[in-house]
Amino acid sequence: MSTQLTSSFQGTTDLPKWVSPAMLLAFFLGSFTMQVLATAGNAQQEFNLIAVAFFGLAGYAVALYLLSRAIEGRRKATDRLVTILVSTAFALALIPLVSLAYTVVVNGAARFDAEFFTFSMRNIVGEGGGALHAIVGTLEITGIATAISIPVGIMAAIYLVEYGRGTIARLVTFFVDVMTGVPSIVAGLFAYALFVIFFGPGVRMGLGGAIALSVLMIPVVIRATEEMLKIVPNELREAAYALGVPKWLTVIKVVLPTALAGIATGVMIAIARVIGETAPLLLIAGFTASMNYNPFDERMMTLPVFVYTSYANQGVDMQAYVDRAWAGALTLMLIVMLLNLVARLISKYFSPKG
Amino acid sequence: MSETKTKTVRRLGDVVFANLAFFAGVSILATLATVAAFLFVQSVPAFTGPEIEASKDGFWAYVLPYVFGTVYASVIALLIATPLAIGIALYISHFANRRFAQLLGYSVDLLAAIPSVVYGLWGILVLAPFLNPTFMWLNENLGWIPFFSGQVSATGRTMLTVGIVLAIMVLPIMAALIREVFLQTPRLHEEAALALGATRWEMIKMAVLPFGRTGIISAAMLGLGRALGETMAVAMVLSPAAVINFAVLTSSNSNTIAANIALQFPEAGGNYTNLLIATGLVLFAITMVVNMIARWIISRRAEFSGAN
Repeated sequence: MSTQLTSSFQGTTDLPKWVSPAMLLAFFLGSFTMQVLATAGNAQQEFNLIAVAFFGLAGYAVALYLLSRAIEGRRKATDRLVTILVSTAFALALIPLVSLAYTVVVNGAARFDAEFFTFSMRNIVGEGGGALHAIVGTLEITGIATAISIPVGIMAAIYLVEYGRGTIARLVTFFVDVMTGVPSIVAGLFAYALFVIFFGPGVRMGLGGAIALSVLMIPVVIRATEEMLKIVPNELREAAYALGVPKWLTVIKVVLPTALAGIATGVMIAIARVIGETAPLLLIAGFTASMNYNPFDERMMTLPVFVYTSYANQGVDMQAYVDRAWAGALTLMLIVMLLNLVARLISKYFSPKG
Repeated sequence: MSETKTKTVRRLGDVVFANLAFFAGVSILATLATVAAFLFVQSVPAFTGPEIEASKDGFWAYVLPYVFGTVYASVIALLIATPLAIGIALYISHFANRRFAQLLGYSVDLLAAIPSVVYGLWGILVLAPFLNPTFMWLNENLGWIPFFSGQVSATGRTMLTVGIVLAIMVLPIMAALIREVFLQTPRLHEEAALALGATRWEMIKMAVLPFGRTGIISAAMLGLGRALGETMAVAMVLSPAAVINFAVLTSSNSNTIAANIALQFPEAGGNYTNLLIATGLVLFAITMVVNMIARWIISRRAEFSGAN
C-alpha cells in the first residue's frame, strides 16, 4: 500500500532489484564476446582485458542510466550513476593491491628458501646467496631507531597531553604534524650532514641510518601516544591526586598503564612504517655484500636497500638478481604485515574494556 | 599567622619528570631546526667550492628541471588520486554495508603499509609493461594533445607511469583522511536531507560534500606532500633526464629532486655531495610549505566546524 502510494506520488515506479546486477553481467559478457570476436579474426589484435572491463562498465553505466531515467526519473538515474562511479573508484583501488600481493608472492617464492635466510652475498656472483646480512642490518638499525624514538616520543606526548600549555605546546603540536611530512630522503641527508661533522666526508654507518629513521619515527609515535593519552578518563587522574599521589607517579602508574595497549599498537605501526624505508638508508648506511654486525662502523646492508640494489645493479645472470630482489620484497612485505597484525592483536586483546 | 599559610610542595620527582617531558617536546622543535641548519651548512660548499661539472651553469639551472619534475609528477599523481580517494571514502562511509566496509577499510590501509621499494619493483616490472600498449594507443590517437605527443617510450618508464604509481601510493592516506571527515558529517544533516526526499547522491551533495570540503583540500595537500618527497618508486620507474618536458609518454622525463639524490648520492664525491644536499634543502623547503598550508587548513577547520 505504502510503496504504491510513494510510487504514484512520484509518478514513477522503481526498477526491480535484479535489473542492475543482471545488466552488469550482460554487458560484461557482451564486451567479452566482442573482444573475443575482434581478436579471433585479426592476428595483430591482442586480447585486451582493460578493454573488456572498460567497455563492459561504460556500456552498463550508460544503459542503466538511460533505463532508470526513462522509468524512475532523472534524480534516481543520477543516483544510480553516482553509485556506479563510486563503486568503480573503489574496485579500481583494489586492483593494484591484488596485483601487488600476487606478483610479490609468486615472484618472491622462487628464492624464498633456506639459503636466502642463511647466507650473505659475500663472494657471490650470479645464482645463490642470500639476504642474511640485510636482515641483520635491518633488525639492528630499526632496533636502535625504536630505542631512540620510543622514550622521546612518549615523553613528548606526555608533555603535550599532561603538561603542555601555551605557545610552546601549540608550536610543538604544529611542528610534530609538519615533521610527519618530512621526506624520508631529507632525513637521510640530515643524518649524513650530522655525521660528516664528526667523521668527515663520505661517511657510511648503520647508526646514521638509525638516526634518520628516528627522525621519521618520532612524530608517528608522538601522534599515536597523544591520541591514546587523551582518551584516558580524567576521573582516573583525579582519583590518584585525591589519594595524594604526585603528578609524575600518576602519569607513570595510572595514565601510562591504562593507555599501554594503544601505545604499543602505535609503536608497532610506526616500526612497520620505517622498516621499509629505503632512501635514507641508501644514503647513510650504504650497501655492501658482506655481513656487518657493528652499527658504529662501516657500511651496513638493510633489506629495502638489498631489494633496490639487487634490482638496480644486476649482474650477468640477470634473473638471479631479480629473483633475489623479489624474495627480499616478499620478506619485507611479510615483516610489515606481521607487525600490522601484531598491532591489531595487541589493541584487540590488551586494551582496557569499557 | 604566617605559619598557617599553605605552601605548595615541589616534589623532586615532579620537577624532574616535568622537565624531562618538556625537553622531549622541545627536542622536536630543535630537531627540525637542526635538520634545516645542518642541510644549510652542508650546502654552502656547493656554492663556494670549486666548480662542479654537473652544475656549471649555476645551481638554479641545475635544480630547476628537478623542481619541475618533482612538482609535475606530484600534480599528475594528485589529479589521479583525488577523485579516486573521494570515491573510495564515499564508498566506505556511505555505500558499503558496515562490516564489509570495515574489511575494505583495512585492505586499503594495507596499501599504505607497503614499502615504497616494493612499489618501485612492481611499477617497473609489472605496471610499466602492462601500461605500455595503452600509451602507444594514446600517442597514436590522441598525439595532437601536447601531453601525449613525442616519441613514445618503448619501456613504459614514463612520467605518466610514475604519476600512476605515486597516485596509488598516496591514495590510502588520502582516502583514510577523507573517510574520517565524511564520517563526522552531522547525522542530523544527513537525515534531514533524506527526510526531505533526497536520494543518496543528493544527500551526499547537500550534506556530506559541503561539510567535507576543507577535509578534501587538506587531504589533497598532505597527499601532495607525500608525493613530492617520494623517492624510491620514482628512482626505479622513471627513465630520467635533466630537461623540462611536459610530454608524459616519452623516455626523456624530468627527474624528481628526491630520485635524483638517491641515484647520484651513492657515487657522488667532493662537493657534488654538497650540491645534492642543497637540492635536498630545496625539496625540504617545498614540502615544509605544502605541509604547513595543509595543517593550517586543518586547524582552521577544527576551529570553525560544528562537529566538535
